[in-house]
Amino acid sequence: MISLAGRDILHAWGKFVFTGVGLGLLIGVTLTMAGVYRGMVDDAQVLLDNSAADLWVVQKDTLGPYAEPSNLPDDTWRAVANIPGVATASNVTYLTMQVSSASGETRALVTGIANSGPGSSGWPLRLLAGRQVSKNHYEAVADIASGFKLGDSIQIRRNRYLIVGLTKRMVSSSGDPMIFIPLLDAQQAQFLKSNDAIAQNRRRISQNPIFNNPRSPEVLEAVMDLQESNTQVNAVLVQLKAQAEPKQVAEDMRRWLRLQVYDREQMEQILVGKLIATSARQILMFLVILAVVSAAIVAFIIYTLTMGKIREIAVLKLIGTHNKSIISMIIQQALALGIIGFMVGKIAATVWAPFFPKYVLLITQDTITGLLAVLGMCVIASFVAIYAALRVNPADAVGG
Amino acid sequence: MPEFFKQKKLLAVFATMALLAAGFIWVLLSSGPLAKIKIVVTEVQEQRLEPALFGIGTVAARYNYRIASNNIGRATTLNVDVGDKVEAGEILGIIDVVDLDEKINAQAALVERNKAQLNEAQTRLDYTGKQAERYRKLLPSRSVSEELDASKQHEWILARSQMRSATSELVRAQAEHLALLALREDRYLRAPVSGLIIARHIDQGATVLAGQTVFELIDPQQLWIDVRFDQAGSMRLAEQQPAQIILRSQELQAHSGYVARLEWLADAVTEERRAKVMFTQQPTPAPSIGELAEVTVQLPQLASTPVIANAAIMRQAGTLGVWLLDDQQPVFQPVRIGRSDLAGNVQILSGLSAGQQVVLYSSKPLTSNSRVKRVKQLVDTP
Repeated sequence: MISLAGRDILHAWGKFVFTGVGLGLLIGVTLTMAGVYRGMVDDAQVLLDNSAADLWVVQKDTLGPYAEPSNLPDDTWRAVANIPGVATASNVTYLTMQVSSASGETRALVTGIANSGPGSSGWPLRLLAGRQVSKNHYEAVADIASGFKLGDSIQIRRNRYLIVGLTKRMVSSSGDPMIFIPLLDAQQAQFLKSNDAIAQNRRRISQNPIFNNPRSPEVLEAVMDLQESNTQVNAVLVQLKAQAEPKQVAEDMRRWLRLQVYDREQMEQILVGKLIATSARQILMFLVILAVVSAAIVAFIIYTLTMGKIREIAVLKLIGTHNKSIISMIIQQALALGIIGFMVGKIAATVWAPFFPKYVLLITQDTITGLLAVLGMCVIASFVAIYAALRVNPADAVGG
Repeated sequence: MPEFFKQKKLLAVFATMALLAAGFIWVLLSSGPLAKIKIVVTEVQEQRLEPALFGIGTVAARYNYRIASNNIGRATTLNVDVGDKVEAGEILGIIDVVDLDEKINAQAALVERNKAQLNEAQTRLDYTGKQAERYRKLLPSRSVSEELDASKQHEWILARSQMRSATSELVRAQAEHLALLALREDRYLRAPVSGLIIARHIDQGATVLAGQTVFELIDPQQLWIDVRFDQAGSMRLAEQQPAQIILRSQELQAHSGYVARLEWLADAVTEERRAKVMFTQQPTPAPSIGELAEVTVQLPQLASTPVIANAAIMRQAGTLGVWLLDDQQPVFQPVRIGRSDLAGNVQILSGLSAGQQVVLYSSKPLTSNSRVKRVKQLVDTP
């Protein structure tokens, strides 16, 4: 038995392949769009994963530290560490800022990490090259997306930092690469005013006779020091003991320390549900429209392909071919087109995904859903074509 | 002819399909769950770590002389300004106390008056002494009455008291005169040591309060760094340990130094320990006071232990450990870590032994089921 579909495809191979490639690129765009949406959600989740924390302790009545500003005294962690069930507690600061180096500028989330050693919460989880920060000043580990290289010297506020390690997928909820620096430096960077502002402030204070009393020149010095020091952090990251109940420990902290505490689930709700909700929904909406448009185009292509062969189908009917054979030919062709399109789309999406400035996450589940959707769409679209083919009058084969 | 075309067409079909299939298989194997995770592997070394302590501090003068006036007065002359080098004892300025000369003149007159009074008392003493003696001699011959003799003796005693009083008064007046002269000498602000003027707090003509600093003087040959070290890890810090100093103004040039003093008072707020680090040879040009400096102090070598790079240390379910490579399959091995050095090497106290292969870098998070592929490096490093 000869395959009608195979024969026909072979007959117009070039046209078929090009249609498939065109369709594939469209499917590729749809898959990429799904990847963009997944990437966005993943950015938010990866920030939480990277913190390696079970609980986030932040300023009371804030959604900090990611969605809202939050400030805590930097000795709060001691009180937190004393709550039963807490294994470790470490200070952390976050500051989104423009970081410059000789090779250019990048927007980054500068994270201050406590001097508690690799594996502590807040620290980069794993590296691609180099080492973790080992001095407590002027060293940094940067995400590779920042474009910095090992040995680069970057400028954060007033000081220069040496890039000693590179990491991957350490990003903020908005996809900015993270740069990890020692906590003391980060505290200084966060609250350091410009030199001009400091100088003007000093001038104002020194003109105040209460502070600048010639009889006691130390007062002025003390007041100046007080103005320029910072002992605040943005959050305390808490790791719990294996047997501890997160809800209970969080409740204890809220009750006795009068601080806001979020567990992983609540933090995810804040990040995914509040921080990126609108932009994620925007992308999702676009994805839905793109999927509908792609489906319509697939249907049109198959319908047009079949309509182009309507005379040949009439001939087939004329020579007494079964309807079953014609139906199977159309469906086979549609599926073949779908499979070629899907393969081209998947290859295209994978090839161009790394060139996107933000993360594009192509997950297997989306790929499988995409394949099933494409095949389903092809079958549904071919029904219209089949309907048209079966209605054709065999007499048309000989008619004008 | 058609046969030939047919064959060519079949060839094209197969070529396209093969290309597509190859591309698809490449995509499946290079991304997604089937892809192998690239790892870089390192070996555990047996090594003696040379830990170091890194701190930042500011350049400070070891001795800082604040030269102040003892009196309220007006700065009539100021001879030196910031940057001037002065010798020990050199006059830096004069603080004029408004009525001091007049007070000295008055006091001198008082001394003269007291001298005259002393003279008068002396004369009276001599006279009354002789009178008393004469009357005493006349008493046995009954030429004078006993009453008269007693009266002369009494006058003589009074004259001696007056003499003592006049002497003391003169001494007091002279002392006060000397005190005023000393005060006049103190108008001169003198350099206590040879050194460099680093600050002049007032200008000529200004009024100075008693105790107010006018000049600040340092010994420019005695500069050191006031360094702050994190308290954690500073246990073995001791005096005389060698240190490397990098000044902010001379970033590319490291200077050598040593720990000159370990302060007893630590900073409780910043949780830092303070120390003073001295230059072995002071840099020229001398750094400015207050300049930021980075100091690395070399601590004593530790005992030999297994050592790995800190990048290999991970936390899995609350446990610190490393991914060991067991027959190309990653296995998580909990470890206990000790001290570390500034190059990022960490002592392994238990859990690993020298020669074992551990995962240093990985392109994705590892699990014990991960398929891995060893590579030399994950990113191009310069």
